[in-house]
Amino acid sequence: MTNPDTRTEWPLWEVFVRSRAGLDHKHCGSLHAADAAMAIQMARDVYTRRQEGCSLWVVPSAQITASDPGDKDMYFDPAEDKVYRHPTFYKLPSEVDHM
Amino acid sequence: MTASIQLQQDTATQYLLRLGDTCLILGQRLGEWCGHGPVLEEDIALTNMALDLIGQARALLSHAGAGQGLDEDQLAFLRDERDYRNPTLVELPRGDFAFTVQRNLMAATLLKLLWQRLQTSTDAELAAIAGKAVKEARYHQQHAADWVVRLGDGTAESARRSQAALAQLWRYVPELFEADAVDDAAAASGLGPRWADVQADWQAEVGAVLAEAGLQPPVGSAFRSTGKRGVHTEHMGHLLATMQHLQRAYPGGVW
Repeated sequence: MTNPDTRTEWPLWEVFVRSRAGLDHKHCGSLHAADAAMAIQMARDVYTRRQEGCSLWVVPSAQITASDPGDKDMYFDPAEDKVYRHPTFYKLPSEVDHM
Repeated sequence: MTASIQLQQDTATQYLLRLGDTCLILGQRLGEWCGHGPVLEEDIALTNMALDLIGQARALLSHAGAGQGLDEDQLAFLRDERDYRNPTLVELPRGDFAFTVQRNLMAATLLKLLWQRLQTSTDAELAAIAGKAVKEARYHQQHAADWVVRLGDGTAESARRSQAALAQLWRYVPELFEADAVDDAAAASGLGPRWADVQADWQAEVGAVLAEAGLQPPVGSAFRSTGKRGVHTEHMGHLLATMQHLQRAYPGGVW
């Protein structure tokens, strides 16, 4: 973390919105706010003013650990030829929703 | 130039205009923040609230003018200054951010308490408007309260500005709760509460926020503003000149 004395901007927060019809919160952007309560309030005004959502999450961006873009080949390419890992070979009973 | 409209102002119409003009004029003042907010997110928040208030004003002015064949645009843009019935509080220049959020707290708390009671108005259309508006006002109140506490209990500079804003605004609070024939008639007919009826709740809710913010209201004075009676400050003429210009210069202009 940056030394608070030299920090000139509010910390960054990632915003997740659950749409009315949606089941999960989806990442929709980020904003600067002094704390979590302010981040929620601002997220409401910035990201839900066109009826986008019915629930909000905010997460400090600094708390997210991301994979290294340099590891992309090593991490993700090996899955390309493993089509048998997709569960598309099963027939789901109609009672099972949202899969 | 388009001439001003003449409006018959019986007590029920005046009651509706007080509400509608409070929303309209505060909405105009908040709209002035567009492009000037302290941060992008607050810029959007203030203009969102301005649009909520303009929406409420549209519904109320449409309703107030319907019986006389006048529409919302005519009422909003073609009245003379004396025919606007908003309390003086909402016409004061927007000031700095501390001033704006404190005025928003005062106005939103008042409107929320009125909307809550207006949901049982004998006027079905007014009750329906109140049912929608009360949700918006609750958010406006929460947003303003949050900032009043942050600034009042913030840095030395923000506390100084907050206390200065409170000293300016507090003079215009007594007018909000002065009872008169318009309010008495509304209470008697079931149109809506006297604004004085929500004074105790207003003082409790605003007082709690100010206490948390560490702000002291100044002692009361004998001064009484008179906007609700149509007698406004010099700021109102400037506001109306800006607000009415397009409709006066291009009569009937629409989007």
